[in-house]
Amino acid sequence: MSLKTFTRGGVHPPEHKLSAGNKIRELPPPEVAVIPVSQHLGAPAKVLVNRGDQVKVGQLIAQSEGFVSTNIHASVSGKVLKVDQFMDSTGYRKMAVQIQVEGDQWLETIDRSDDLVRNSVLPAEDIRKKILEAGIVGLGGATFPSHVKLMVPKGKNAEYLIINGVECEPYLTADHALMMERSEALYSGIQLLMKGLGVEKAIIGIENNKPDAIEKMKQVVEGGPVTVQGLKVKYPQGGEKQLVQALLKREVPSGGLPIDVGVVVFNVGTALAVYEAVMKNRPLINRVVTVTGKSLEKPSNFLVRIGTPVSTLVEQAGGLPEHTAKVINGGPMMGKAISTLDVPIVKGSSGILLMDEGEARRKEVLPCIRCTKCVGVCPMGLEPYLLMTLSERSLFERMESEKILDCIECGSCSYTCPSSRPLLDYIRLGKAEAGKIIRARKAV
Amino acid sequence: MSQIIIYTIITLVGIGATAAIILYFVAQKFKVYEDPRIDEVEEVLPAANCGGCGFPGCRNFAETLVKSESWDDLFCPVGGNETMSKAAAILGREAIEQAPRVAVIRCNGTPEFRPRVTEYDGAPTCTIAHSLYAGEGGCPFGCLGCGDCVSVCNFDAIHMDPKSGLPVVIDDACTACGACVEACPRDIIELRKKNKKDRKIFVSCINEEKGAVAKKNCSVACIGCSKCFKVCKYDAITMENNKAFIDSDKCVLCRKCVPECPTSAILELNFPPPRKKEVVEASKIENS
Repeated sequence: MSLKTFTRGGVHPPEHKLSAGNKIRELPPPEVAVIPVSQHLGAPAKVLVNRGDQVKVGQLIAQSEGFVSTNIHASVSGKVLKVDQFMDSTGYRKMAVQIQVEGDQWLETIDRSDDLVRNSVLPAEDIRKKILEAGIVGLGGATFPSHVKLMVPKGKNAEYLIINGVECEPYLTADHALMMERSEALYSGIQLLMKGLGVEKAIIGIENNKPDAIEKMKQVVEGGPVTVQGLKVKYPQGGEKQLVQALLKREVPSGGLPIDVGVVVFNVGTALAVYEAVMKNRPLINRVVTVTGKSLEKPSNFLVRIGTPVSTLVEQAGGLPEHTAKVINGGPMMGKAISTLDVPIVKGSSGILLMDEGEARRKEVLPCIRCTKCVGVCPMGLEPYLLMTLSERSLFERMESEKILDCIECGSCSYTCPSSRPLLDYIRLGKAEAGKIIRARKAV
Repeated sequence: MSQIIIYTIITLVGIGATAAIILYFVAQKFKVYEDPRIDEVEEVLPAANCGGCGFPGCRNFAETLVKSESWDDLFCPVGGNETMSKAAAILGREAIEQAPRVAVIRCNGTPEFRPRVTEYDGAPTCTIAHSLYAGEGGCPFGCLGCGDCVSVCNFDAIHMDPKSGLPVVIDDACTACGACVEACPRDIIELRKKNKKDRKIFVSCINEEKGAVAKKNCSVACIGCSKCFKVCKYDAITMENNKAFIDSDKCVLCRKCVPECPTSAILELNFPPPRKKEVVEASKIENS
């Protein structure tokens, strides 16, 4: 089998897949769950419950507001303690529903059995409707509402469905574990997505540091319209534009989306959530989270309810090691440090990474030596050193013409910089500011 | 030999004269009239080009001063009333007086009052820190201490106090140009009326969280209890979004609100120390 990869840029960070091969362990519901109403890109959902209400697992507690937004469901059963502002992973307070867990009562409509259901007779319309109702978002980390992706805009044509099993972030193994343990259900989910999109061909892209997953998925999809393609290990292959380029040699145009070249990309976790939603009537109430770190006793893959505090996960993985200096929500390349462990797991939490003092501290920032390593590794063909300088000087309009909005925030530039310059920090700031300017211009 | 020199001189003078004539007519044709008063007004402006007036540079402001009918919104905070009256004298009109202002830092979250619970080692600017998280002290409204306000100040009027981790304004150097107000991503800095002897009374907190939540992070947070609001006789204090605000234009510096504040969030600066009680009592005894 020939391996493919994307052509432009990329880096090779050490993999550290410590929890690879560990079975997914389901954690019991927490004592108190805090479920934020904004766990996705787009408008926050509107809260439907009040203090004192009894809720069941799977019950809708916040309704999506607008097209780019999703429903939020109770992931536990019990009494609503508060509908208030709660701290999220940034330390800022956001609206959330706090539920005191009592027992574990599920809505009767949800099929909780492990029986595999195949061959849906539902028409594409109903599949899309169920995905919308179940509040499914992209579980790779960007949390973009999935139903929006399934609505192919007029004048565009979806030809391929790509399933992203790359998991190029170091340390994370959640998708790997899913592919190993839930491959049949995953395949069913992929078929549902194909039907929902109306495409004939699907490709699962997996990096070859997971040969067992490639093998397993190949066995499962044998003889069907779905193919499995091994990929050379290179970061950020899991970025959808990179993945499309690697698998189909199609270049997503600047400012465009994969649908512009006839492709829609979903993460394996999302495909599985689609299976559960459509076949089992189960909304997105839990997800697999990798809890990992070199000093952690038991790096693990947990299946946890949305709203479980991060501290519970760390405890279950052997407790917080003594010299932990940084806790990161996500992987080491794109994740963000969190300021307290009392924050809930949300739909977009793919991993919790613990770093000790030595790993965590950033190196001293030195002047730029114009080596252009950052330009060489940028997978989008941008000039990070220039963008950082422009951002430092608040020249946001100039950044726009330098295609700042194409940046996928993969962090390859910061990773490779020999002067340890905080390139991505400034570029993110500039991207946000340039985005504001563009939106303001459109609004006029 | 001398012929060459003569020819050269004649040719050069000829070219020069022709060019001068052409240039003269071109200059006549494309003449731009500029009010000479603009130069005069620019002369009296401070030439700091700080943008405090809201215009890009002193020249632009001078132009606006000359052209504008009404001076209601025009003021040079750096030069103050003196500069404005000079400019008015040149243009033969009345200057509108404005009370001098000074930048005030409305956060008192020193490590003592607001213990640092995390450590930030990202890019050292407040704007980025603000976009990433609530800050080292955990207060989502408080000063982040990276000094964006310091780096934008053209007048060296603001510096970071390494002990408190907060910026300090040097009142005499501050020109109220407002650059720091713009730079602060949390809108902590406010331009307030300058009082005699730089006396100040202000609420040193802009936290809008509920009292209990705010106090968890910082012991000198405004908890929105309205005690100061009730005691103020001059309508200078307003309660909004769970915090108190003292209007510096209405405040008469009576200091009644200061002892009322249960969290000592209202600061009084540059006032003489309170008179000693014993003296008062002694005089009472004498009288009786």
